Amino acid sequence: MAQEVVDAISEANTLFGNASSMHGFGREAAFAIEQSREKIAALLECDPDEVVFTSGASEANNTVFNIFRDAIDLGSKRNRIVTTVIEHPSITETVKFLKKRGYHIDEVPVDKTGRVNLETLATYLDEDVALVSVMTGNNEIGTIQPIAEITKMAHAVGAYVHTDATQAIGKIPVEMKTWGVDYLSISAHKFYGPKGIGVLAVKKKVPFEAFVHGGHQEGGKRAGTYNTPYIVGFGVAAELAKQNLESESSQLWHLREMLRKGIEEKIPHVVVNGSQEYCLPGTLDVSFPSAEGESILLYLDMEGIMVSTGSACASGSLEPSYVLLATGVDIELAHGSIRFSFGRYNTEEEVLYVLEKLPPIIKRLRGMSTR
Amino acid sequence: MSINFMSQWVYTPIVKDHFMNPRNTWVEDEHFAYDGIGEVGSLACGDQMRIAIKVKDDVIVDLRWLTYGCASAIASTSMMSEMVMGMGLEEAYNLSPTAITEALGGLPEHKFHCSVLGDKGLRAAIDDYLVKQKRDNPFKRKIAKVICECKNVTDVAIEDLVKSGEAKTLDDLERITEYGTVCGKCKAQVSDLFDQFKHIYNT
Repeated sequence: MAQEVVDAISEANTLFGNASSMHGFGREAAFAIEQSREKIAALLECDPDEVVFTSGASEANNTVFNIFRDAIDLGSKRNRIVTTVIEHPSITETVKFLKKRGYHIDEVPVDKTGRVNLETLATYLDEDVALVSVMTGNNEIGTIQPIAEITKMAHAVGAYVHTDATQAIGKIPVEMKTWGVDYLSISAHKFYGPKGIGVLAVKKKVPFEAFVHGGHQEGGKRAGTYNTPYIVGFGVAAELAKQNLESESSQLWHLREMLRKGIEEKIPHVVVNGSQEYCLPGTLDVSFPSAEGESILLYLDMEGIMVSTGSACASGSLEPSYVLLATGVDIELAHGSIRFSFGRYNTEEEVLYVLEKLPPIIKRLRGMSTR
Repeated sequence: MSINFMSQWVYTPIVKDHFMNPRNTWVEDEHFAYDGIGEVGSLACGDQMRIAIKVKDDVIVDLRWLTYGCASAIASTSMMSEMVMGMGLEEAYNLSPTAITEALGGLPEHKFHCSVLGDKGLRAAIDDYLVKQKRDNPFKRKIAKVICECKNVTDVAIEDLVKSGEAKTLDDLERITEYGTVCGKCKAQVSDLFDQFKHIYNT
């Protein structure tokens, strides 16, 4: 969390009134919430009354799928949902759950950079599609999707569009109006806000059904007592993200490129996954053949370097990253994949430190590997 | 506030030690004149190991190994290499994955089946040694455990059929051994074993 956010939250802890109450304490809290809502709307390029607070992007994503599940249950002629094979688990697992119950959901494949091919997408679109849901930027490989074009195509057949912008927010411009999307999900913690809070932005006059029932909060769109301090912290994080977007974005790309070039220069036989052209600036996913991901992760951890891996061994299942496999990455390369993520507080010195520690680790693991 | 990351490690201190300082690895330029060599697992599965042994008077006198895999795969192979040094072939052939895991002070449940391949790799190396010596394998029968009592199908029989590629599917295995066709009680266990051996031998 940003220090500014921590300060704002601890200050807002004194706003103990229930924001839904009419008394003075309640109004004071409600005012703070509305101010925050405006800051978030400004970041997303939407209207403040289109912002619905949720417990995070997972709930926001589930809410959207539930809206269309409900419409289909009520007999809508549009009874198909189109999404992609590389969505976040809060979508892919929801899709699995709904498919088991007989709903018709298509998962569009991606090319080897992780992008949805628009011609391929077109073959999935027809008058029976209710919703098209495509993430803005991928959480593992960082690939950015052409959301504006996808939205145009989906709207042309009368379908509504949702994008999960959780990974992209604060890293690249997220422009709800310009793109024309109808629903957009984000989480606060992805841009230095608190964990456990997010937003579903909902365009006016699009279908809506509450996922959490039981109160009139958010105009009946999401029940539950307002978490005033976190909403205030969320607003401050949004304000900072908007102010710093351009400089932060170029700084993250600079660090990412510095690491990518350093790795390619110092370590033989590496494969950079995803798209170089359409990539979130803070993400670098690399495969090291003949070195296994969990082992790399743990050796790096010993040096104080924290990364993630797409290896099966670290996931508790027998399957490596479905995202990498969907882009056609060889299963062996998926086992040896490492994701480096950069944020606001990373420095060039840290990249140099990684470039000093990583090459001998890969060399050592390759040395004891079956070759 | 200082955080002790190591205190929260998913593995035991012994696993960590063997992972960080693996014993008896086969250094790239070392010429190791082995008497038998075996390989199990596959890169696609995320675990593969190769084990080479030197044998004198039916005792393992030296061993080198290579492993592609996660921390528990590396640590368990390293531990196995220490355990069997100086061990007679028969005892080495009977080394169980549970014994390796216990020596490591335990492993997370989901790691046990996929990453503890050292005993199988060692058995493959001993098999290779015996073949090269043109000797029968006197150890095999002793470790066989009957899984399907009705049709007298042992774990060793299942392992051999998977290893040789004769049983590529459970249906093949049923056709060849007729396991589970009488009382059917063994079906789940055979299926588990079959999956494990498929993973190990990559057939």
